[in-house]
Amino acid sequence: MTVLEPTSAPRAPGAAFIFKKALISALVALVLFSLMIGIRTEAGPTGQLIYWTRFGDLAALVAAVFAGSIAVELLRWRWGPVGMVRIVPPGVTSALALARRAIAPLLLIFALLVPVIFYDQRYILDLGILVLTYVMLGWGLNVVVGLAGLLDLGYVAFYAVGAYSYALLATNFGLSFWICLPLAGILASLWGVMLGFPVLRLRGDYLAIVTLAFGEIIRLVIINWQSLTGGPNGVSGIPRPTMFGIPLTPGDDGLAAKLGIEFSTTHRIVFLFYIILALALLTNWVTIRLRRLPIGRAWEALREDEVACRALGINITTTKLTAFATGAMFGGFAGAFFATRQGFISPESFTFQESALVLAIVVLGGMGSQLGVALAALTMIGGFELFRGLEQYRMLVFGVAMVLLMIWRPRGLIGHRAPTVFLKHSQEISSDLVKEGHG
Amino acid sequence: MNGETILTVDHLTMRFGGIVAVNDLSFTAERRKITALIGPNGAGKTTVFNCITGFYKPSGGTMRLTHDDSRMIQLERLNDFRISKQAKVARTFQNIRLFPGMTALENLMVAQHNALMLASGLTFLGLIGAPSWRTAEKRAIDRATEWLRRIGLLERADDAAGNLPYGDQRRLEIARAMCTEPALLCLDEPAAGLNARESAGLSELLLTIRDEHGVSILLIEHDMSVVMEISDHVVVMDYGVRIAEGSPQEVRDDPKVIAAYLGADEQEAIAVMESGT
Repeated sequence: MTVLEPTSAPRAPGAAFIFKKALISALVALVLFSLMIGIRTEAGPTGQLIYWTRFGDLAALVAAVFAGSIAVELLRWRWGPVGMVRIVPPGVTSALALARRAIAPLLLIFALLVPVIFYDQRYILDLGILVLTYVMLGWGLNVVVGLAGLLDLGYVAFYAVGAYSYALLATNFGLSFWICLPLAGILASLWGVMLGFPVLRLRGDYLAIVTLAFGEIIRLVIINWQSLTGGPNGVSGIPRPTMFGIPLTPGDDGLAAKLGIEFSTTHRIVFLFYIILALALLTNWVTIRLRRLPIGRAWEALREDEVACRALGINITTTKLTAFATGAMFGGFAGAFFATRQGFISPESFTFQESALVLAIVVLGGMGSQLGVALAALTMIGGFELFRGLEQYRMLVFGVAMVLLMIWRPRGLIGHRAPTVFLKHSQEISSDLVKEGHG
Repeated sequence: MNGETILTVDHLTMRFGGIVAVNDLSFTAERRKITALIGPNGAGKTTVFNCITGFYKPSGGTMRLTHDDSRMIQLERLNDFRISKQAKVARTFQNIRLFPGMTALENLMVAQHNALMLASGLTFLGLIGAPSWRTAEKRAIDRATEWLRRIGLLERADDAAGNLPYGDQRRLEIARAMCTEPALLCLDEPAAGLNARESAGLSELLLTIRDEHGVSILLIEHDMSVVMEISDHVVVMDYGVRIAEGSPQEVRDDPKVIAAYLGADEQEAIAVMESGT
């Protein structure tokens, strides 16, 4: 930065220039806010339109934008061109690198201890289960989007297939959770393969659109196939998981009675927490393992360059299908867990918004990074709850936070890629070199 | 045809709509020899390559590959990845196509995909970390290391391929193609963008591949110093047809070739030919 100073130090911009820029910003703000803030409309008691003006608020906002614009220009002139170095000092970067190594084990230990620390705080435990569900979904989608580079906007379909597989098998045939869990995964991955076939030849936007449509199709089928799925009424009375066949109920055959301790509903919550933690860790372990196997390398190679893959004799079809199937399987597991946790599922839980949320977690975390996805799920789901106090501004704060994060780290929290094999020492690969795939 | 022919291209034709990129082209490539395919820009050389390596389906003609064990494969009947997997034809690209976000070593590991896939028991043995998979993986790393040493990139094995200098990327792409254990190696302008010293190194590498590994090479190249130095046989193309064939010496003196390269019109070409004879 200092070396560049002589050439890049901007000439002091004239007052007229700053004024003009601020005026334009203020004008844009005026146009934008005049209807949003300036005029307040509401439906009256008899259905007529009533409105009143809030010109004072409007004037204050426009003035704030005007002043802010001047301040930003002056700061920009003082600082020179804004670079990475200016925002993040090198000391902080190296400290971050150190923290990064310790963060994964610390997070794991913390996750294991959550039920112990927050045993009597039901809210925290429920939130933990929710976060872990999204961590698992994020890790599952990460296989498809992050590793294979196939943009999937319909991931919720597999979540739904998993949830309904368990719900219907359990309520109709009385199968236990532990038998249904693998079945739900297998059924979901079959759907993954079914989705995979038609989209094999598609890339980028087209792939995204078809996967989006696929997610909607599954939801619409669930709504309309009333005789099987109960339609919009959903499926209720889904059995809870048992611990080796022992239910966690207050009765005489319940776990509490067998262990001779007093029954508490918290037991079940803690049990569910550890189930989803185990499932998420399984997802993580399998994904890390797969990355180091030829199939995982083929996924990443596919993301980097599909033509080169073909020239090396890699079967693109099976590679893409296995990526879809593997991602879908984890989604199916998560779905089955969701069904057993809620005890009730309906199509409302499987809207596009869920797909978008999971995709946002993967993108914010840094595509392909396991730790990044976990951190993103924690910040997104946990952060969303944190802002609950802000009520209606929650979404706004959240949106601003996401925009800032994307400016600061355009490739996600952890954008670099760790090699899967090395000779002497493992070097992180900068995100500039890593391709994003067809997405 | 004798047993020393590895590739026989017979009446190959490739049309794109009304444009005939390759028109009734026939030539052969000898086993353990370097055959160069040269010609001015737009002569259809890369189209021939794309037909041989399965990226295009030819409009007409046949391409026959004869393996060491005299197994014959009609290349036009295979598509896509099977050319590399079953017919053992590897290729490089005119504009380098490495996996830039993967390390040099990883690039060479991806190239051994099919062998490793079998060794990992279609992933299942690998997932449980079976000993047979571990030894296979170690062997694959050894092979990759050996190739990195040969192309002088051992020190940069753990660097991202996209970070390597241009010349190194070219050599790495050749090494990657060699890691698929090909019988025929197709190189699309391997010397493009290399300086004189790097070109000399490349020639040496290609001769090693021919002599030590017994791999036949089909080469598209504009750098005549490389072509003349290492080729055993040269096929000259222009406007999609073969205009000359022979040893580097013969081709260099062929008036039609000179005319094609100098861009002379027909009259001048005849004049060149007459003055040549």
